[in-house]
Amino acid sequence: MTTSTEALVPRLREICGAGNVITDPLELRTYECDGLTSHRSVPALVVLPGAAAEVASVVAACAAAGVPFVARGSGTGLSGGALPREDGVLIVMSRMRSVIEIDPVSRRAVVEPGVTNLSVSKAAAPFGLFYAPDPSSQVVCSVGGNVAENSGGAHCLKHGFTVHHVTGLQIVTPAGELTWLGDGTGVCSGYDLLGAFTGSEGTLGIVTKIVVKLMPLPEVVHTLLAAYATTAEGGRAVSDIIAAGIVPAAIEMMDALSIEAAEAAVHCNYPAGAGAVLIVELDGPASEVEAELSVVRAICEAAGATEIRAADDPAQRAVIWAGRKSAFAAVGRISPSFIVQDGVVPRTSLGAVLARIASLSSEAGIRVANVFHAGDGNLHPLVLYDDAVPGQEAAAEEVSGQILDACLEAGGSITGEHGVGVDKSRYMPKMFSSADLDTMQLVRCAFDPASLCNPGKIFPTPRLCGEVPGHHRAPHPAVAAGQAEIF
Amino acid sequence: MDTERTVVPAIRDALVAACPVVRSADSGADAIAGVVPSFVAFPASTQEASALLRAAAAFDLAVVPRGAGTGLGWGPPPSACDLVIDLQAMDQVIEHAAGDLVARVQAGATIGHLASVLGLAGQELALDVPADATVGGVVATGTAGPRRFRYGAPRDLLIGITMVRADGVVAHSGGKVVKNVAGYDLGKLFSGSQGTLGLITEATFRLHPRPAAVAWVTADYGPSALAAVSSAVASAAGSALVPSAVELAWSAAFLRMGVLLEGTESGVTERAGRMAALVASAGGTPVVARSEVPFRSFDLVPAAGAPAVVVRVSFWLSRLAGVLEALAAAGASAGVAPVVSGPAGTGALYACLEPDVAEEDAARFVLVLRDALAVPAGSGPRGSVALLAAPPAVMTAAGAYGPVPGAALMRAIKDQFDPGHRMFPGRLGGS
Repeated sequence: MTTSTEALVPRLREICGAGNVITDPLELRTYECDGLTSHRSVPALVVLPGAAAEVASVVAACAAAGVPFVARGSGTGLSGGALPREDGVLIVMSRMRSVIEIDPVSRRAVVEPGVTNLSVSKAAAPFGLFYAPDPSSQVVCSVGGNVAENSGGAHCLKHGFTVHHVTGLQIVTPAGELTWLGDGTGVCSGYDLLGAFTGSEGTLGIVTKIVVKLMPLPEVVHTLLAAYATTAEGGRAVSDIIAAGIVPAAIEMMDALSIEAAEAAVHCNYPAGAGAVLIVELDGPASEVEAELSVVRAICEAAGATEIRAADDPAQRAVIWAGRKSAFAAVGRISPSFIVQDGVVPRTSLGAVLARIASLSSEAGIRVANVFHAGDGNLHPLVLYDDAVPGQEAAAEEVSGQILDACLEAGGSITGEHGVGVDKSRYMPKMFSSADLDTMQLVRCAFDPASLCNPGKIFPTPRLCGEVPGHHRAPHPAVAAGQAEIF
Repeated sequence: MDTERTVVPAIRDALVAACPVVRSADSGADAIAGVVPSFVAFPASTQEASALLRAAAAFDLAVVPRGAGTGLGWGPPPSACDLVIDLQAMDQVIEHAAGDLVARVQAGATIGHLASVLGLAGQELALDVPADATVGGVVATGTAGPRRFRYGAPRDLLIGITMVRADGVVAHSGGKVVKNVAGYDLGKLFSGSQGTLGLITEATFRLHPRPAAVAWVTADYGPSALAAVSSAVASAAGSALVPSAVELAWSAAFLRMGVLLEGTESGVTERAGRMAALVASAGGTPVVARSEVPFRSFDLVPAAGAPAVVVRVSFWLSRLAGVLEALAAAGASAGVAPVVSGPAGTGALYACLEPDVAEEDAARFVLVLRDALAVPAGSGPRGSVALLAAPPAVMTAAGAYGPVPGAALMRAIKDQFDPGHRMFPGRLGGS
């Protein structure tokens, strides 16, 4: 613990209660990483505030002391966005986990940031509603973390990302002030800070309350599994479905190696010998879904499917999804270590980029299993290696980086849903010019001029904020009269 | 700078060096609510726009970006304007990747032109906005129409943006893939920023396939049947029939709600039948029309640019009946007769006052309404009452927005992006 963090302890105990301030070195180690375990750093202090006002006081204390702070939800992030600072305070939001309110007529819920993603849908289910964003970690990941990362999930192809489902945020600013962003309905008078904040990876403040949209549960859901000899054939089916004007709820694909892993882990019983498995899910009113289903089935057959399975009840659907949802973890069955990559390409470039990944893999002698959200071109190549073999980890890192290069060359992105965090800040200059990064950091400077809020994430080089020579004119008469806010 | 300034030849030379097409402003056609700029420049590229803004920065010029000008009359006029940067020479659809459902467009392209290009592939940008408006203008004003219920506003469909900062630096964010979380999303910040943070020169959008069939289910009510119509709107908006729009229109003479359904021919027929039954069970007598849009939020609004008052009310849908009652009460209190329409199912309505409304009555209407709809301190915000268009005296008397959550952060954003406060000064209420 540094002198400045040690000096904070009494104040933090006063704010959160002694039991909610962790200083024991062993306990602190629990928090040394998030879902990206390759980066580790033991925080100087951990606090677990129980209310928004406590978060504000903790942040204000850190700001006053000049101590950096990092917020953490459930710690499932895959880019090190919640990696602590050794010289800083880790603010863990997991005690703040109540669903405060559900208004079924307005289809809105107000939740605390530590609430798990799935528990929002569970709380909404009795009203025939659900919360649409569904990252694979939804059983444990927190909604606050989802806001920070603008999380997607398999069904964001049709239903959108977290940013499309958040209509109000209460945050603690990096100066320790509580404020709302947006008017609670999704409308922003003035600048869309709600949109700018969502996906800012914890660098602009800490979320303390979230207003989310709920959607009516779809009348029917149909899931189709189609097996192909190659991912190219599966890719053709994907293109033809989109060309037919159909936007499925999800289109997922797995290649032979990821199928093998899933089979070993969860015995999902996918068609034997398949080179690729495509999962297409359609949801909506029965009359529309039935019509779309027959079109999708015909397209899948025409693209050369060797087998098609359909599921129209939750149990059958769970069987089809079991393999896909277990894919990341399952790869552990066929490789001692692996890197989960997250790149995006325009959907029409999927075939070319998959071929490029295959050649990178064979050139380096590093196996790559591909699991991807085919509908929106979001690839999750799993780069496999054995850390017991000297040099393999470095070779895997190299392949992983080359895959991102291939995504960028195709006009894509270095991350579709896992975020930049600490993991990918070094790739940001490949995707954005220094002017782009400088401009983004103007937002950072507006929110956090002292650069204490989750510093070192996203941007490879911090921007010095400095004093801004703004105009200093007489206040607008409406402001003077207390009738209006002006910015 | 003030608009009466002496035109210095050096400024004209610098602007012409930056962008060959520069002319002196016309005191009629180029005036913005009475404010006459000195110059109008027509950049043909982002580079020319960048050079123009560098020149404007060097001479401390106040700048107003302009597309087709359809939205310029909305909102407060500029407190100063030396240079209008007109984007209409940048009117190209740069790329339409039909297989990716993505289009990259220059900011000066009109919505109509974009629609004609996308229509060739059976696709669309799912915003119901005027065909003569420009892409950049629609993003800058955040304008959407009835189908906002399903597809959202420009901020929800924008996946990449190119902008020129007040200091002339060109910057991008996002890209041309729909799923992308790399870096801050400046497109969100610029959506609805009304030209006050910088100049948008290119936008990339997520597209949607055009539906094979559409139907409107509408139901008329007696003008005082507020509870019944609110119940019908809530039932429609909360149904699993996936409406694309849930609209409401209300004046002294009539009250109507309407639901738009989009999909396949057979699906729309079947869903329209069930939606009609749902509306009927909520106390309406619905009619199904298999035609294009029979009414839109702004059809009842006086032409843009007229000295009309347009008030946007946003709310949680469970409060709809209370909002309608508050609108009636505020109208009665101020002696005005608001015409109300909009995407009620989304939780928004627009109240329009007649062009000849007395300014003090209009201001009173807004203040009474704001007071009636204020939520108790302690709970979070549940809506807002904003003046989108009004004569300056009404804006001053009532304030454009009332209390704005995060206002201090917005001021800080403005100071960072435009420290000289030269980009459309005065537009967002301040200077």
